[in-house]
Amino acid sequence: MNTTTSSTTSTTTLGSVRLGRPGAFSKRTTFDWVYAALILLGAGYAFSRYGQSMDVYERGILVGAVPLAIWLGWFWSPLRVLVIGVGAASLLAIGQYAQATDGFGADLAAGQQRFLLKWFLASQSAILWMSVLVFLSTLLYWVGLFTQRAGQQAGQANTALRLGSGFAWAAVFMALVGTMVRWYESHQIGADIGHIPVSNLYEVFVLFTWLTTLFFLYFESRYEQRAGAGQVRSLGAFVMLVVSAAVGFLLWYTVSREAHEIQPLVPALQSWWMKVHVPANFVGYGTFALAAMVAWAYLLKTASKRALGIAFVAVPLALAAVLGGFMLAGVSPETQGALVKSLRMVIGVAIFGALTLALRAPIVARLPALELLDDVMYKAIAVGFAFFTIATVLGALWAAEAWGGYWSWDPKETWALIVWLNYAAWLHMRLMKGLRGGVAAWWALIGLLVTTFAFLGVNMFLSGLHSYGEL
Amino acid sequence: MSAVSTSGIVVPARSRALREAVEVISSMRFAIALLSVICIASVIGTVVRQGEPYPNYVNQFGPFWARVFDAAGLYTVYSAWWFLLILTFLVTSTSLCIARNLPKIRHDVGTFKEHVRASSLKAFHHRAQGELALSREAAIARVDELLKAGGWAARAQSRGAVEGHASGVMVAARQGMANKLGYLCAHGAIVLVCIGGLLDGNLIVRAQMAFAGKVPYQGSGAVSSVAPEHVLSPSNPTYRGNLFVAEGQSSSTAVIQLGDGIVLQPLPFDIELKKFIVDYYDTGMPKLFASEVLIRDHATGQTTPATIKVNEPAIVHGVAIYQSSFDDGGSRLELKSWPLVPNAPSAELKGEVGASQPLQLPDGPATLELTGLRVINVENLGAAAQGGTDVRKVDLVQSLESHLGSGAKTRTEKTLTNVGPSISYKLRDAAGQAREFNNYMLPLTLDGQRVFLAGVRDNPNEGFRYLRIPADEQDSLDGWMRLRAALLDPSQRAEAVRRYVKMAAPADRPELVQQLTVSAGRALALFAGAEPARKDAQPVGGLQAIADFLDANVPQTDRARTSDVLIRILNGSLFELVNLTRERAGLAALPTDDKTQAFMGQAVISLSDSLLYPAPVLLMPTGFDQRQASVFQVTRAPGKNLVYAGCALLILGVFAMLYIRERRLWIWLEDAGEGRTQVTTALSCTRQTLDTDREFEQWKQALLGPAAEGSKDASR
Repeated sequence: MNTTTSSTTSTTTLGSVRLGRPGAFSKRTTFDWVYAALILLGAGYAFSRYGQSMDVYERGILVGAVPLAIWLGWFWSPLRVLVIGVGAASLLAIGQYAQATDGFGADLAAGQQRFLLKWFLASQSAILWMSVLVFLSTLLYWVGLFTQRAGQQAGQANTALRLGSGFAWAAVFMALVGTMVRWYESHQIGADIGHIPVSNLYEVFVLFTWLTTLFFLYFESRYEQRAGAGQVRSLGAFVMLVVSAAVGFLLWYTVSREAHEIQPLVPALQSWWMKVHVPANFVGYGTFALAAMVAWAYLLKTASKRALGIAFVAVPLALAAVLGGFMLAGVSPETQGALVKSLRMVIGVAIFGALTLALRAPIVARLPALELLDDVMYKAIAVGFAFFTIATVLGALWAAEAWGGYWSWDPKETWALIVWLNYAAWLHMRLMKGLRGGVAAWWALIGLLVTTFAFLGVNMFLSGLHSYGEL
Repeated sequence: MSAVSTSGIVVPARSRALREAVEVISSMRFAIALLSVICIASVIGTVVRQGEPYPNYVNQFGPFWARVFDAAGLYTVYSAWWFLLILTFLVTSTSLCIARNLPKIRHDVGTFKEHVRASSLKAFHHRAQGELALSREAAIARVDELLKAGGWAARAQSRGAVEGHASGVMVAARQGMANKLGYLCAHGAIVLVCIGGLLDGNLIVRAQMAFAGKVPYQGSGAVSSVAPEHVLSPSNPTYRGNLFVAEGQSSSTAVIQLGDGIVLQPLPFDIELKKFIVDYYDTGMPKLFASEVLIRDHATGQTTPATIKVNEPAIVHGVAIYQSSFDDGGSRLELKSWPLVPNAPSAELKGEVGASQPLQLPDGPATLELTGLRVINVENLGAAAQGGTDVRKVDLVQSLESHLGSGAKTRTEKTLTNVGPSISYKLRDAAGQAREFNNYMLPLTLDGQRVFLAGVRDNPNEGFRYLRIPADEQDSLDGWMRLRAALLDPSQRAEAVRRYVKMAAPADRPELVQQLTVSAGRALALFAGAEPARKDAQPVGGLQAIADFLDANVPQTDRARTSDVLIRILNGSLFELVNLTRERAGLAALPTDDKTQAFMGQAVISLSDSLLYPAPVLLMPTGFDQRQASVFQVTRAPGKNLVYAGCALLILGVFAMLYIRERRLWIWLEDAGEGRTQVTTALSCTRQTLDTDREFEQWKQALLGPAAEGSKDASR
């Protein structure tokens, strides 16, 4: 190793090195302060206007949300624009609604009549936009992936990839506007009906959609500084796929079940705990799903063709055959419906698995380095695990209040524990034993199966307290 | 540097077996194996329904496997002895794991590791070397500043030249030591949560069963009559039981459900239920379940009022009281029993929900079990009226528009209506066979017609099949019931036929009169089930009898026409029959208008259906006095505080472990002559991520400038 260093470079004076401990606020720009002021103002207004009708915990949550929102905006600057934009659009929608009133609050029929509401801002319209934008984003990410120059050194993202990101941002924006406006609408239906839209499967799917997309956009922006933008963004093709699947489910749920109708809360859900428990849970679900899609990309690069064929085509087909066998054997109508839905998911996975296998070479040539994929996977699972821990603990605290015991081995609880243990073991193996590479990726992928079952399977196949059918 | 170790403790014990056992139990691989078993057991617990009556399992698995699964404890997985044993092992294993790592962590937290040899820095993954045009003191000052700026805590060791080692200063810095504390927090949390959870499980109740000679109680009856061996001590530290209190009553004994019976738990207070409140949204979804109670403290004799709601428990003496469920507390019902067989009188009945009483039915003695009263029934009556949407219609714009707008609307309009109270009861015959009935007190409007609904089903897995009985112009059952009684009475049938023939046939054609009399008489008799459709067949009655008759007696070609005529005759005669009954009841005859026509149409269908009604009486509610009951869950869970403390530690620990990276940094400063200093630096991190690479790159730039050499991978 060469230890002699040329004196011209090593004797350079200190240049622009910052000295001393940086002040906590020294990096803040004017925009940061404007953003903070707007958040404070908004929260202050909400507090003065609605504080009377909130209980002490809800006030606590509102107050706590202020530093959180400011910190998030300062931590990742694009969020500032997003938050302000969503706020402005929601206020615009509320302004439009508030122009006509009916027996209770604003007249929601305006959502069908006023141009802006009908085509953009009313909750259903906004969520429909979100759906379209998610599909477009996915499509463009795939187009961008294939039209990108192959090879490790791809730097700039091509137009399609940039548009993919743009549409993903727009989808997050519309999802948040839809959520906010839906929240407002719920309070205009009748007394005591209004609540935060995280109370049923339809609403949490919207939550899942924007949270997962936003997490991906965050990772995208963070890793772009280290690897080529083109390569990092091509991961979007995989991640947005799971988001698209969620949106597909959402649309089916809307059209065939009319699940979008705002429903009042049953007594068990009338608690401020819901406001924190559900979003924390979905940070977990979202990032686990994200990690699994990255793991898929990882495996496409490393695993043998045979292993991939077995995992992504043969196993789903075999599973489909088993499910089909159950259906033919005759089961109760509810189980039948659940089986049909599972069958659709499984066959979808098999088809996509076969497609990625067929197109493996061009895809693999354009994916980021293994090291980066591994890092994204770890980061996503770490953040998901941390929030899933919080969510489970909050769930236990809530259960203690609502059901009379912090742990009742209800199927949903039990499956949440299984998910938690699964990722706890993953993190243990990685942090303590340095587990990496293919095994970690396979495991992350299986983790998604477990998570999906905990999220959807339990609702479909098992019954318990979480179905709220007891009281 | 030393990371947390995952292998087991090696104790200096004489026995090799003991040594190995302790090593295995305290190792991470053992803990992970335990967790896997817990996972699998939990999955079984969610798939096999827990805590159901044993016969259900025999039905599901067959007698052999039901017994095998029972022996394995699969029906109460989470309190099975082996499950608890695994949890105990997990606690032991985690505790040992903490014990093993604690000294190491204490040592790590206590040291900066400034003693490392300068040459060993070369072995690090992240290292760099360069020269600064500064004296050693100036260089140290500069390092000091940079470390401060980066938030590092550091210690320096000045070394003289000894035995071939150069003289210089070794600066050792570190950051993120909280990571190690996070490790302790997270693992300590698991121990706390498990211990707390074990305390609050039914372990202690079962210990009392085993050691204090208590046995589960299988019978039923009043609380006061239960023998003391089924009653637990009032000082029992932990339990979870149910408390059933009807309105106006009070109770101070909770029931703890065990697999094979119950035990009773006396409480330090009694609860009187003043009122149970259920509130509904317009959609019929429940909005509020609340119990207004008086809690009388046995120790002080004090009485405090409280309202217990879902999500808002009351806590008395460390016992938490939750709104868990509700039931009927013995509502008093008034019923009218309408006979559906000839020559039986109607009767008034009284009864209490939850009680059963003997009932003399025309076909023998039976038992009437009143099972429920629902005061509010909200039904969606809009969907049926609209007849559904035409899915084949393809109109993109319109179908898109139907999905725009607010989230409050749906495409198919819903008309939610409260259709009033309903009761359910069972009639059990002498052989013990029961049928379930569900009748609505008030008529509701279906397809523009006021009808009473009387539902019946043979077993609980089916839905109710409803008889739709049209209400008369007074909105009551009387009209239809009179008609039905008259239909079953041959003399009234004959009179109705007479009147019908008189009205329909020209009096000057006696042969026609004769013919019509026979036809009308036969139609009514067939419809009433008084005459078989074929010779030697059982009479069936209803429209089916008419159809059978036509099949048997009319050639195929004439059947449609004859059927038309026969139905018209039947309808005409029934109309006369209605007016006959009205005349005898002192009412005016029905006018011939649309309303009457609708009534008659529905009446014919429901009369036909009613002949298949599987009971000889129809019990319709005429009044009720609702009395509800509330089911509370009462728990005393001292382990809760341990669990909550554990949860807090867990969250802290997880965040510390995942987001605080423990890093150590060394800087070796050596005189290079001419007032210059040779600098070697190395970074170690317990976690290898891209962040570490970046951090080291930045540090290198800051310390040595852009051209510094050495890289994270120079030696590979």
